[in-house]
Amino acid sequence: MDVLEIDNISLSFGGVNALTDVSMSAAAGKITAVIGPNGAGKTSLFNVVSGFYKPNHGAVRMAGVDITAVRPHRRAFLGIARTFQNVALFRGMTVLDNIKLGAHTTLRSGPLAAGVFLGRTRREESALREQIEREVISLLELDHIRHKPVQELSYGLQKRVELARALVMRPKLLLLDEPVAGMNREEKGELSHFILEARERWQTTVLLIEHDMGMVMDLSDRVVVLNFGRNIAAGTSYEVKHNPEVISAYLGRAEAS
Amino acid sequence: MQIFLEYSALGIAAGGVYALIALGFVVIFKASQTFNFAMGEMMMVSAYVYFMCVVLMGWNWMVGLAVTIAVSVLIALVMERLILRPMLGRPIISLVMVTFGAGIMMRGIASIIWGSDTDQMPSFLSRDPVMLGELFIPGKTARAFAVAVAVVVGLVLYFRYSRAGVALRATAADQTTSFAMGINVHRIFAMTWVIAAISGAISGILMASINSLSPSLGLVALNVLAVVILGGMDSIGGVLVAGLIVGWLEAVTGYLLGSEWRDITPYIAALLVLLTRPHGLFGTKPIERI
Ligand SMILES: Nc1ncnc2c1ncn2[C@@H]1O[C@H](COP(=O)(O)OP(=O)(O)OP(=O)(O)O)[C@@H](O)[C@H]1O
Ligand SMILES: [Mg+2]
Repeated sequence: MDVLEIDNISLSFGGVNALTDVSMSAAAGKITAVIGPNGAGKTSLFNVVSGFYKPNHGAVRMAGVDITAVRPHRRAFLGIARTFQNVALFRGMTVLDNIKLGAHTTLRSGPLAAGVFLGRTRREESALREQIEREVISLLELDHIRHKPVQELSYGLQKRVELARALVMRPKLLLLDEPVAGMNREEKGELSHFILEARERWQTTVLLIEHDMGMVMDLSDRVVVLNFGRNIAAGTSYEVKHNPEVISAYLGRAEAS
Repeated sequence: MQIFLEYSALGIAAGGVYALIALGFVVIFKASQTFNFAMGEMMMVSAYVYFMCVVLMGWNWMVGLAVTIAVSVLIALVMERLILRPMLGRPIISLVMVTFGAGIMMRGIASIIWGSDTDQMPSFLSRDPVMLGELFIPGKTARAFAVAVAVVVGLVLYFRYSRAGVALRATAADQTTSFAMGINVHRIFAMTWVIAAISGAISGILMASINSLSPSLGLVALNVLAVVILGGMDSIGGVLVAGLIVGWLEAVTGYLLGSEWRDITPYIAALLVLLTRPHGLFGTKPIERI
């Protein structure tokens, strides 16, 4: 079963074709990696899935339902969570506040409810939320820094908080845009472990953009390769690694730069 | 000394209403980095609506207040929807210009409907002076202060503890990420206009009760803009304090130097603060990433 299907998406900015007829899918409970040289269109593809960019044509389907026209904030309610290539935490807030914002979708009450009418369902709701928060915080080992303002944390920790905030949403589909970029070996190992743990525990379907090939090989069940906004290959990490077109895409860029 | 203290108390009392007006500016600024230059006119129209309800229709003041707030909110939502929403993402100057234009239109329409002379507002505030120990404070001003402070406290508590308040802070920090969290950013924008409408309706009625009612009632909001700059545009606590400071400064310079100094005081204060602290007394300095 595919949680996500991307069907023939094209996206252009003025004259730049960021994506051309891109199709791919993410199988339930699996980790699918999206790789490709810089500027290949990986982040743009995530932005189409999140609803930030409107594709010129093509469709995005979630569990078989077309969501191409769904507004970005509604997609969070459909179970799509993500992290950003440049850490996008709410500066000035603590780790806990940031993580709590991830749980925004789990509370239904309108603006006037304001926590005044602490009815039974509301209490249950917030108990559930607190339980999820505790679970995620302890899984990601963030207990000791919960009350620190996020901007005081190291880059690696900030990325971990961002992952926690996405996990608190209990997403059906988790989009990770270069989750270990800029981390040292040890931090990379830890974060990979957290991703696997989360998948194990909640059967989350993961879509992963990553330049670190070691990590891609270790984690992903399937790899999709983009180059200049087009699909050039897809398969197991072994197949992709030995695909001549993939090799030349990476080598070509390396030579050109 | 006694007189100086009395002027000080009077000024601080007047500053309470400034703080309420300033809150209306800041809440919109926080969410969408826009100044609503029609804030003063929203106050003025509200004051007239209240006047019509209470004087012309003879309704009870509470009914009048409820109708006024409803009309004010409606106007704010229409403005947000029709002129602001389509302009989002344009340069700030165009946003400022459309609110400015809307304000001028509202003032013109008010002159046509209600004439440009001043009317006397029937006050629901008692005139009995309030004695603070030895200090004598005019009744209306003291009670307007109490009302303004109550409304400000209510709104601030709402921001602090409601989910909408959390969503507003998130939107202020990062809109794109807020969308990803499932926050309806457009609804938050609309909410900030509603809050501004409420603070505008109440401060408009208070202003008209203390002074008098005319289409130029809203011009006071420009002085308040100086307050907002003084306090730091993104700091709710900062502008509340600044509101009180400016009220005090106006009263004290008016007393010491003569009333012609009153109106320029807020600007001089804002200028001096900006020269030394570019982000206002309490504003947060954006951290530049290089
Ligand atoms: N908002 C935008 N406006 C204009 N062009 C854009 C925009 N977003 C992306 N692009 C262009 O689309 C192309 C793909 O960019 P994208 O960020 O998706 O690449 P990427 O694969 O994520 O690269 P990287 O590995 O460097 O993150 C680039 O040519 C980029 O300049
Ligand atoms: Mg990218």
